Amino acid sequence: MSFLEFVEGPLFYFSGTVFVLAGLWRIIGLIRLGRRKDISEPKGSAAAGFIRGNFRHFFPRRVFTKWMWMHILGGYAFHIGLLVVLLFAAPHVAFLSDRILAGFSWPALPRWGFIIAAEFAFAGLIVLWVRRFSNPVMRLISDWDDHIGSWLTFIVMLTGMFALQESHDILRAIHMLMVDIWLLYFPFSRLMHAFTFFLSRGHTGATYGRKGMIP
Amino acid sequence: MSQSKAEIAVEKFLEFTDGEVASFFESCVHCGLCAGACPFYVSTQDPKYTPTYKLLPMVKAYKREKAPLSKIRKMFGLAPDPVTEEELLEWEPLVYDSCTMCGRCTTVCPMGIDIAGTIRKMREGYAAAGLVPEGLQRSAEFVEKTSSPMGVTLKALEAQIRHQEKETGIPIEIDKKGADYMAILSSMEIMGYPEIIGAYAKLFKKAGLTWTISSEAYEATNVGVQIGSGPLAKSIVKRVVDAAEALEVKYVISPECGHAYGAIRWAGPNLIGRQFKFDVIHIIELLDKLRREGRIPAGKKDGRKMTLHDPCQLVRRGGLLKEPRRLMDDSCSDFIEMESSGIANICCGGGGGVSANPRAEELKLAAFGQKAKQLTGIDDLEVVIVPCANCRTVFEDGLDEYELNYEVLGLGELVAATLEE
Repeated sequence: MSFLEFVEGPLFYFSGTVFVLAGLWRIIGLIRLGRRKDISEPKGSAAAGFIRGNFRHFFPRRVFTKWMWMHILGGYAFHIGLLVVLLFAAPHVAFLSDRILAGFSWPALPRWGFIIAAEFAFAGLIVLWVRRFSNPVMRLISDWDDHIGSWLTFIVMLTGMFALQESHDILRAIHMLMVDIWLLYFPFSRLMHAFTFFLSRGHTGATYGRKGMIP
Repeated sequence: MSQSKAEIAVEKFLEFTDGEVASFFESCVHCGLCAGACPFYVSTQDPKYTPTYKLLPMVKAYKREKAPLSKIRKMFGLAPDPVTEEELLEWEPLVYDSCTMCGRCTTVCPMGIDIAGTIRKMREGYAAAGLVPEGLQRSAEFVEKTSSPMGVTLKALEAQIRHQEKETGIPIEIDKKGADYMAILSSMEIMGYPEIIGAYAKLFKKAGLTWTISSEAYEATNVGVQIGSGPLAKSIVKRVVDAAEALEVKYVISPECGHAYGAIRWAGPNLIGRQFKFDVIHIIELLDKLRREGRIPAGKKDGRKMTLHDPCQLVRRGGLLKEPRRLMDDSCSDFIEMESSGIANICCGGGGGVSANPRAEELKLAAFGQKAKQLTGIDDLEVVIVPCANCRTVFEDGLDEYELNYEVLGLGELVAATLEE
């Protein structure tokens, strides 16, 4: 078994299994912690608040945008760029179809579209990352987990770019090794915000939705 | 063996970390945007006042003891260190002096984290461990002796009521069984702005509703909520509930006081563990309802240029956004909103017990600087309507500090003053 076969085969399936099981364990654990019952007479619906809260926080309030524009742009560029690259880059579509989805496939982006998405993702991640050590607030509140998460994601993206030409197996193998490490790290880290955000937004939305307000 | 203060606090932190709070701790990505929404950070530019940073001891306790996968993290030595008493003491000014629980940070948080609500829960740990600022502790002692955080006795209230009866010529009955409404007041109103009692008398007479004030439970301020003491908060709510149910009223009117409303309306039933036999209605809600029903028609409008301060606990965290605006529109002809009014409004800097904590005086006035900027952004402003007695005292101190000359009025007083004769 070559190194590439190992990182794309057994190690990938092991990392993927840890990612899914530990991630589910963490989310189910959060849900199982429950929520304090509120018996005050509601003015609005908690369930509707849960959903509204989730949508509300996708859109920053205009009054705040004049000082948080850089973070907003960086955040959106990175997250949307990464999602597009992850799901619509041709090599990713082929890999997911072959290895996980038993042949199920969907149209990939043309190469230029994928490159633009990747550039947005890189630019966004760099903006967020530079802010993490240049902004006094972010410097104080950031911990090793924030930095490792950013570094790992950056390296996964960078090695992905190196592997893009598909000229050498070793470049693809290095990218896959980094993906495997990223998958192993993900469920134990703050990267889990990718899945837990709907709970935090939803809980706040539900609490204040009962009061007829979505802050 | 008795528990250490740190152990007591951590036990409470964990007790109050349900799935909601845990989801906040799991989702915070340390983006720091909450700092930009916090008047304490903005006015000092000190990163330690970043809202999410104020939660750190509680986050540590959760990640060490309760988080899913925490055992695996501990096994690899990756769990945070235990929370110490020194750490709790270091954080105490962040938890009590520099957070009014205004919740503006939530409006800017991409994860929608309710930091203010979590600070309230974190204070439970501090209160249980006896780590409470002296000023707030003194207020709690006053409450135990007199039911009022300012030590306002029944005699003092009766004197103010008699004075207002003379002023308005309208009798005000104490302990009137079977009245529809029972009003509760904040100490600040009773001693600082007693004219609100006269305004109630005038408005309710016009509306033709029956109302009373209880000699057993006239105080609305809930120091327990401010300190973070569930048992104290419960005893204060229970006093009001017992009195209201004994007088068989249909409604309890919560006064122009932010925390008092949240304490009785939203936290109250949860604190005593059952629903009330009466409804809680905020005075602004009631006036708006009476106005819409045509029972307190508006007369000649006040022509001065006015703006409205949105008390955080009434608007952002209480749900009363439209009602005060409708009353303002009816009562003044030149009403102008502040920049970022409504749900994103800036706190006065003195809520959540900060104004009762002398140690926080300097910070409170610094935070008010943000409010002052909102006010000075309106040309030729003459009057600020502040529907919260606590905010109102902070405004008076703050306007003095920043040498600003605006009249500060309660909304009930404005509505009463512009009532159709």
